[in-house]
Amino acid sequence: MPNDSSPSPQPDRRPLIAFAWLWVGAPLAYGLYELVQKATQLFTG
Amino acid sequence: MSPPVAPPDWSRWLVPPAALSVHLSIGQAYAWSVFKPPLESALGLSGTQSALPFQLAIVMLGLSAAFGGTLVERNGPRWAMTVALVCFSSGFLISALGAAVEQYWLIVLGYGFVGGIGLGIGYISPVSTLIKWFPDRPGMATGIAIMGFGGGALIASPWSAQMLESFGSDSSGIALAFLVHGLSYAVFMTLGVLLVRVPRGERPVTGGPSAVEGVQVSARSAVRTPQFWCLWVVLCMNVTAGIGILEKAAPMIKDFFADTSTPVSASAAAGFVALLSAANMAGRIGWSSTSDLIGRKNVYRVYLGVGALMYALIALIGDSSKPLFVLCALVILSFYGGGFATIPAYLKDLFGAYQVGAIHGRLLTAWSTAGVLGPLIVNWIADRQEEAGRHGSSLYTLSLFIMIGLLAVGFVANELVRPVHARHHIPAQREAADAERQQPESAA
Repeated sequence: MPNDSSPSPQPDRRPLIAFAWLWVGAPLAYGLYELVQKATQLFTG
Repeated sequence: MSPPVAPPDWSRWLVPPAALSVHLSIGQAYAWSVFKPPLESALGLSGTQSALPFQLAIVMLGLSAAFGGTLVERNGPRWAMTVALVCFSSGFLISALGAAVEQYWLIVLGYGFVGGIGLGIGYISPVSTLIKWFPDRPGMATGIAIMGFGGGALIASPWSAQMLESFGSDSSGIALAFLVHGLSYAVFMTLGVLLVRVPRGERPVTGGPSAVEGVQVSARSAVRTPQFWCLWVVLCMNVTAGIGILEKAAPMIKDFFADTSTPVSASAAAGFVALLSAANMAGRIGWSSTSDLIGRKNVYRVYLGVGALMYALIALIGDSSKPLFVLCALVILSFYGGGFATIPAYLKDLFGAYQVGAIHGRLLTAWSTAGVLGPLIVNWIADRQEEAGRHGSSLYTLSLFIMIGLLAVGFVANELVRPVHARHHIPAQREAADAERQQPESAA
């Protein structure tokens, strides 16, 4: 017999957390890559 | 719009990306210089004219953060992020129209005025919410968001340049670039609007501290305390000193080593400027997180005290060693970023989380002031020194010593910060108001 008083299962937030961090992390990684490319000119330029 | 309350199972690690989606977008403001040369050639503008949209945007940032802070606290972070999204994106769309019909005033109005309101409201929108979600690590939490403002320019600078290269640098190419910026930032910021939530209870971390425990001071009372003005001076001096280096970084490193056997080329100077941006960003998250461990007052002692020492090293022996010059400049820029990112947590320590976003907004007028002071001091003095026939590192010696003096003033202001007097606390104000209400009754 099912127990009606048992709490409903909590949704797993981990995929949403991963998506959200990827959303902001990907453009930031692009910006950092471009920055590193430019910064190396200090040592090679 | 009522503040969106988080469901019981909501993760607090969803709030920093929400904040970042806004700060990474509005940080584009620091990459405005990419649009300057194409605008100058397409619309026949002078350098001063093409800087107008950026300057107005920064003024509007300060004004809207100062005057809109209370509204942000009242309506919550989702309302604030929506306003930021609408204003910032509309600013680009109005600018696109302006470029398309070659009416420059529309670009000034769109990017500068409307977009600038988006900058100010967006900048303060996640501060109070992050502090409430991370009462155990407020420095780290606000450091992540404010690091995003520095990161926004890193993304926008190459992205906008590539777009102008593809679309062309004439007025229709600029219009198309503005249009793509407006639409892209609207989509990107939507994540923040959808994800942001205020914590359900006062204690979002099990067993952790509460964000609304202890001293609570309203924004209106905070500006009447000496603590607020001490922090205003601290921020203003720290930012002025940082801008002093940032403003003249490329010519400065070239002038310092012009008469040596290893002069610095233009591309190496550009690399130096990029490295300073990285230090600025790293300082925002690194030093702000450190403040959670060593305390806010101590971390500002480091920014202002060690910062002054770094300036002294550059002024006295900076031209004798390139690595020493670069290292000192990187440390100064990391303190500059750290100063920005740690201030919300310092405000929370002194005034509580109650209206910390609004208080932070009012304090940002120090940034606007420093934005005028820093470049003015360095450029004016460098011009006078050049007129006096000086060259090389001696062009900057006086400016550097003035920066040391400013940092010393900031250091003293930080030392003067004491806990806020109980008469400014919220319960004390309520008691006073109650007493006032009771007086006429008892008199009657």
